[in-house]
Amino acid sequence: MASYSFSELVKGATLNGVRFIVCGHLQNNRMHPQTSTSPKEQVMTHLELTGVSIDFPTPKGAFRALDNVNLKIAKGEFISLIGHSGCGKSTVLNIVAGLYQATTGGVVLDGKEVREPGPERAVVFQNHSLLPWLSAYENVELAVRQVFRRTKSKAEMRDWIEHNLALVHMDHAMHKRPDEISGGMKQRVGIARALAMEPKVLLMDEPFGALDALTRAHLQDSLMEIQTTLNNTVIMITHDVDEAVLLSDRIVMMTNGPAASVGEILDIELERPRDRIALADDTRYNHYRHEVLSFLYEKQRHPATDEAAGPVKKPEVAQDLQDRNTAKAESKAAEAA
Amino acid sequence: MSTLNLSGRLPARDELPTLAAGMARTLIVPLMGLLVFLFAWHIAARNIDTSLGQFPGPVQVYEQSVNLIAEHNRERTKEVAFIERQEKRNAEKLAKDPSAEVRIRDYTGKPTFFDQIGTSLVTVMSGFVLASLLAIPIGILIGLNSTLYAALNPLVQLFKPVSPLAWLPLVTMVVSAVYVSDDPLFAKSFLTSLFTVTLCCLWPTLINTAVGVSGISQDLKNVSKVLRLPFLTHVVKIAIPASLPAMFTGLRLSLGIAWMVLIAAEMLAQNPGLGKFVWDEFQNGSSDSLGRIMVAVLVIGLIGFLLDRAMLALQKAISWDKNAVLR
Ligand SMILES: Nc1ncnc2c1ncn2[C@@H]1O[C@H](COP(=O)(O)OP(=O)(O)O)[C@@H](O)[C@H]1O
Ligand SMILES: [Mg+2]
Repeated sequence: MASYSFSELVKGATLNGVRFIVCGHLQNNRMHPQTSTSPKEQVMTHLELTGVSIDFPTPKGAFRALDNVNLKIAKGEFISLIGHSGCGKSTVLNIVAGLYQATTGGVVLDGKEVREPGPERAVVFQNHSLLPWLSAYENVELAVRQVFRRTKSKAEMRDWIEHNLALVHMDHAMHKRPDEISGGMKQRVGIARALAMEPKVLLMDEPFGALDALTRAHLQDSLMEIQTTLNNTVIMITHDVDEAVLLSDRIVMMTNGPAASVGEILDIELERPRDRIALADDTRYNHYRHEVLSFLYEKQRHPATDEAAGPVKKPEVAQDLQDRNTAKAESKAAEAA
Repeated sequence: MSTLNLSGRLPARDELPTLAAGMARTLIVPLMGLLVFLFAWHIAARNIDTSLGQFPGPVQVYEQSVNLIAEHNRERTKEVAFIERQEKRNAEKLAKDPSAEVRIRDYTGKPTFFDQIGTSLVTVMSGFVLASLLAIPIGILIGLNSTLYAALNPLVQLFKPVSPLAWLPLVTMVVSAVYVSDDPLFAKSFLTSLFTVTLCCLWPTLINTAVGVSGISQDLKNVSKVLRLPFLTHVVKIAIPASLPAMFTGLRLSLGIAWMVLIAAEMLAQNPGLGKFVWDEFQNGSSDSLGRIMVAVLVIGLIGFLLDRAMLALQKAISWDKNAVLR
């Protein structure tokens, strides 16, 4: 662990007029030729990752999973992290959550360095992570009690728990335990639990990854609906290109690991509220999709997908690719072989 | 259990064969097994001659159990009579002289077979409860903290395989030396048995609890970290519920060991209880002795089985996972 205070370092550095290069490893960055920092973001940076690198100890020595990840996020922004499996998306999220410590660099939230996990950076985990011995209500209650035990009365807490469960449309099954509800419902409760903490940043690690397409669409709609009222700052990991384009203000595309970094950042300038059916024919929407797909499958081809016979790690995206770019994919595979 | 007719209607004609098959599995097959066993026992017993006469078969064992019940009833009648006499005497004394000092003495007859069962049950439960009160908190602590685990693991591994017989002399001497009181609340023999049981049945609960707690999924630990749950809340809301199944596995193993250890300790130390009953009969060496010992053996087995069922029932009552198949 670095012994200096990271936030001080950042402050000092900026005072000395040193500009941090955001998105250190820009590769073929068409969207942001110089830097990804738009003037708007500089004024109201809410969450900032600066030079984040991490080494995991392994029997064969240190494994550098992330190398020099830089990102600035404004308040109320919805960011998607997309990249091939194993590139280090979860690691980025865990560092922001405080569950992992960056080896160098660090994360600053509202001017304070992130050193440990805390409820102001609520996490929605991929596999819901509800306590199986507690009902939906009690799961949210555990979080609410912890965050508001000094500021809310018993009755206020109850109202707040019920309000958040209603927000995710789970008020009808509040007193059911996780094993009595479907996967999508569990994920809704997980989101309610995170929202109920009133976090400054909502971190979601492939929140809908384990759900079927229809359920996923429902949850995406719920999430957009919630976003219009709460306007949370969100970082969401996804491997679904449509989901990323539909939900995000910006899509952060990561290069392949090891030593992964931010590859490109794509601004999604589609006005809200967004409607998935209307967008299906929208040329800008399809352009964004194409940008992400070409980053993933042309610039950052995953080793596993290079081998035609090799196991396909991400069925959704792979399927997607086949549907839309069959010819292209086949010619690529032939090249590789 | 699939044949249980939950709806309460009469079984349809085509359900009857499966109903019969279910009955056969749950009732008839075990019954057949029992009958075969009794028969084999009967034949084998007739062919084993010991210095105390023939090895007891099912018939002798039945006779002896009837005897033991009769003895117990006789002893109870005597006790009632004794207490009546004493009360009458005291009442007369008080009638003559209201300031007279009356003495109330306990009946001191020979403990019967059933008294010994009672003593053993009380001792085993006390030893087991004490062991659990120690093992569960320690198990949780070393399950949560790998440094503590590393510190305690060698000790656990060292003491776990120690036989009760090795502890017994030490425990006896220590209890005699330390527990000195004019009006002891507990008999020394009770304490000796209790601590021996505790020392031997501590380990399965401790180890299983520790394993259960250390196996909590990383996701749940992360939830706890993100919420910044205080230590106690983490233990109560996450560690204990998560490790409950493993903990109960340990508790059931511990109770089984406790019961086995107790009988051995009572035999060796001549402490009151079923073990002493067996030993006394063995020393007695009458022609009935082997039959009476055999009754004790069967009762010990039955009680051990019932204790395990009781733990299972407790686990089912406490368990949050009602779908888990517990057996
Ligand atoms: N705790 C850890 N110890 C060692 N290596 C890890 C650890 N966590 C992640 N990694 C490695 O870091 C890389 C990135 O992992 P991860 O962030 O989970 O990828 P993603 O979420 O993008 O699929 C992988 O190669 C993974 O094996
Ligand atoms: Mg991941």
